[in-house]
Amino acid sequence: MSDKLLVSTRKGLLTASRKKTGWEISDVAFLGDNVTLALHDPRSGYSYAALNHGHFGVKLHRNKGDGWHEIVAPAYPSKPDDETSTDGWGKELPWATQLIWALETGSPDEPGVIWAGTIPGGLFKSTDHGETWELNRPLWDHPSRKRWMGGGMDLPGIHCICVDPRSSKTIRVGVSTGGIWQTDDGGKSWSCRASGMRAEYMPPEKAHDPEVQDVHCLVQSPSNPDRLWVQHHNGIFVSSDGSANWSELYATPSSFGFAVAVHPAEPDTAWFVPGIKDELRIPVDGKLIVTRTRDGGKTFESLGNGLPEKHAYDIALRHALAIDRTGDRLAFATTTGNLYVTENQGDEWMSIANSLPPVYAVRFS
Amino acid sequence: MATVTFTGNLTRHVDCPPVDVQGASVRDLLAKIFQDNPRLKSYVVDEQFALRKHMGIIIDGEIVRDRKGLSDPVESNSEVFVLQALSGG
Repeated sequence: MSDKLLVSTRKGLLTASRKKTGWEISDVAFLGDNVTLALHDPRSGYSYAALNHGHFGVKLHRNKGDGWHEIVAPAYPSKPDDETSTDGWGKELPWATQLIWALETGSPDEPGVIWAGTIPGGLFKSTDHGETWELNRPLWDHPSRKRWMGGGMDLPGIHCICVDPRSSKTIRVGVSTGGIWQTDDGGKSWSCRASGMRAEYMPPEKAHDPEVQDVHCLVQSPSNPDRLWVQHHNGIFVSSDGSANWSELYATPSSFGFAVAVHPAEPDTAWFVPGIKDELRIPVDGKLIVTRTRDGGKTFESLGNGLPEKHAYDIALRHALAIDRTGDRLAFATTTGNLYVTENQGDEWMSIANSLPPVYAVRFS
Repeated sequence: MATVTFTGNLTRHVDCPPVDVQGASVRDLLAKIFQDNPRLKSYVVDEQFALRKHMGIIIDGEIVRDRKGLSDPVESNSEVFVLQALSGG
């Protein structure tokens, strides 16, 4: 099991560790700074932290075990003077990194490869542990990319990256808003793979358009990579054919949320942190729960043992639910600063902290 | 030569003492400074060399207006301040 948890917050990168007496916050890095995402790469032992200073822009830091050091962040090339750059809404879209919204390791046979998804929609690849980054031009230059739209964020972006465990050349990315995009040739060509998804809030003739789907989070089953799960703005969707087709699922008390986690060995088992759709964005009846399906989404259980039963206003953002390699230990954290962990797949939850800054992401390392 | 001074808040992240530098525009000055201090660049301007949203530059008491092109002229003895608005909670 993983005994360490990286917690990215508005006021720093916290490390939670499991000691003999239980879980506790054992370290704080970048105190006071806005850490939006972190990644631990088990292949190299390196850790990465993405910061958004606001005033001073987006930065990336790496820790090789000798402390944190700033490295070059993914950066866009110079925009051609004759290029009109707008998103699907017609809003001006700068060729400049606004947020590192996804950080993932490449496959085991590409030890230096790190992928980064950004707002305003660029996918970047590093082949040297983050020393240098290159924008994936085939996706950036795809005519449909210019139709991606800002959803909850002002501008569109790539927030999830799934490298297929069967082939490092097959990569799927989740876009808000813009559906799911897949390459099978290592990034040379891309196609949208969101058939079956439904955006209820769009006009009827656009509701089933794969390229307008507001995917909140995408995960792929390591044990059955043709099974993928999506928490979508409109609900929960599952695919059993490698994202070619998607089916909508209905969970109680709500199918709305941001995060999803899938069990590493059981493709039918997945977890969600639901909220009231979609203007309120708080737990149903003020009771914080996690939902779990063990049968591919036919039924969902509500897991609330150890979680607040009233006056909870917590939302877990898309990267704020994590599962470890065993599938028994999960953690989630919320925008109201609560951090919970379970060691039995959600049957019981333990509170690690209740007064943290807003949490953007948790990840076992 | 013009003197360029950076907000103290930047020194938390990157070393940037005042610099005396020659140039016709504020863009010229910054480009020369970034040649010697490359890590400073991404803290002040974005990838297109546009001034970051919450940054401001004042040349001899006048606020820089061309935030995208940074074409505002400077004199040989200008005093240039690179500032930022603090915000958020």
